[in-house]
Amino acid sequence: MKNWKESIMRAVFFLSAAASILAVALICLFLLANGLPAIGKIGPFAFLLGKDWSPADVPPSFGILPMIVGSLYITAGSVIIGVPVGIFTAVFMSHVCPPKLYKFIKPGVDLLAGIPSVVYGFFGMAVILPLSGNSILSACILLGIMILPTVITISESALRAAPEQYYEGALALGAGHYRSVFSVVLPAAKSGILASVILGVGRAIGETMAVIMVAGNQPRVPSSVFQGARTLTANIVMEMAYAADLHREALIATGVVLFVFIMIINLSFSALKRKEK
Amino acid sequence: MNCFEIKNLDLFYGGFQALKKINMEIEAGMISAFIGPSGCGKSTLLKTLNRMNDIIEGCKITGSVRLYGEDIYNGADVNLLRKRVGMVFQKPNPFPMSVYDNIAFGPRTHGIKARCELDAVVENSLRNAAIWDEVKDRLKKSALGLSGGQQQRLCIARALAGSPEALLLDEPTSALDPISTGKIEELLLTLREKYSIIIVTHNMQQAARISDSTAFFLHGEVIEKSDTKTIFARPADKRTEDYITGRFG
Repeated sequence: MKNWKESIMRAVFFLSAAASILAVALICLFLLANGLPAIGKIGPFAFLLGKDWSPADVPPSFGILPMIVGSLYITAGSVIIGVPVGIFTAVFMSHVCPPKLYKFIKPGVDLLAGIPSVVYGFFGMAVILPLSGNSILSACILLGIMILPTVITISESALRAAPEQYYEGALALGAGHYRSVFSVVLPAAKSGILASVILGVGRAIGETMAVIMVAGNQPRVPSSVFQGARTLTANIVMEMAYAADLHREALIATGVVLFVFIMIINLSFSALKRKEK
Repeated sequence: MNCFEIKNLDLFYGGFQALKKINMEIEAGMISAFIGPSGCGKSTLLKTLNRMNDIIEGCKITGSVRLYGEDIYNGADVNLLRKRVGMVFQKPNPFPMSVYDNIAFGPRTHGIKARCELDAVVENSLRNAAIWDEVKDRLKKSALGLSGGQQQRLCIARALAGSPEALLLDEPTSALDPISTGKIEELLLTLREKYSIIIVTHNMQQAARISDSTAFFLHGEVIEKSDTKTIFARPADKRTEDYITGRFG
């Protein structure tokens, strides 16, 4: 009787675990099956390195280089803006701010993580666009804010996990509070902080809605941060509704490229975790 | 000459009084040992000497502690104090950086930037701590790769790099094996001439082996302090005798 219950529960757990694996496998399969033929038809070089995205022209051209560059620029920019602010905030929360203030900051950061991206987009349109227009810069500022909770939360726990004895050791050598935190505790938390950056990059490169609302979305290789740019995610969302045939397949292939980026980010994250052990 | 003079020192952790009316003089150029059962206040007193108790919330201190006549609690620069009074902890705590950077941390903190000067300080400190020969080929490698005993001697070298006047050791060998312990004890004996050393230890044989004077603590009070030979041969107080003969603690 008991054994019978045990096997049922085991099956339930196994199926639950299998569901997520199955989902990833199906997504992979779908993307590759629908995307790869398009890359073959367009030609890998013309697709990945082509500077012209004109699906409505005759003959159409499907070069996604502008979107790859746009995604990379906007992701890099948001990291440049969000990571230092995030790490400093994490240091502040873990080693500087008084407990009373912490009680306000911590829920604030958690709330920041829960705001839907379309609301971020509205905020960007209302507050950032008047300053810097539809541009890469606007998208970087907005995404920089959006990755803050990821960077802050993970960096903060890494900083808290750094052994107290490092901090005490530095104090005992005559280092002040800030020198102890920045030159001993921060390096000790290095791998956790790096992990927070990688996850922040993942968040930034995959973000869609907020970026569309402020980035301008022109499919051309940008030459300055004040110009608009289109990301891989924006390209898919904006055209999927009316795309057909090769155009539709090319958009799915864009998803393949995005998927490869995410894979690289995840692999480097797990490599980092392995190194930590 | 006295290195430390402690007068009427009371220390409270919140409502709990951890040290009661401590009056003590610690002579320079000697090894002084603090012994006593766990929770007797010996480590707490040690930490008042370089003000490491400052970081504990709710810790309140009255009375005075003087380092060569200077009051270290009123108006003293705490960072400078900690440079003058080095500390080694129970658990070896080398920083997660290279051997060289560990030793250079203190000097860099106090403004030494020139490479050649730092090189000299690092070598001297490591030689003084009798670990130079073991690490000279791996100065650029992480200090975390050293053995526990080597790490602790590295921490001693790191404390010496600030050229302190006194060295505080908080049960420095309790996490180490007997051979590493022996090396640390030998090292402390060689350092005795140059530094005033105060060591907190659970190990009475250790106090008997290396210290010149010993103080016995119980429940936050100093029961007895005299030179080590006397205290172990003819303790004046019954409680001291009970402790060192192993009747409690």
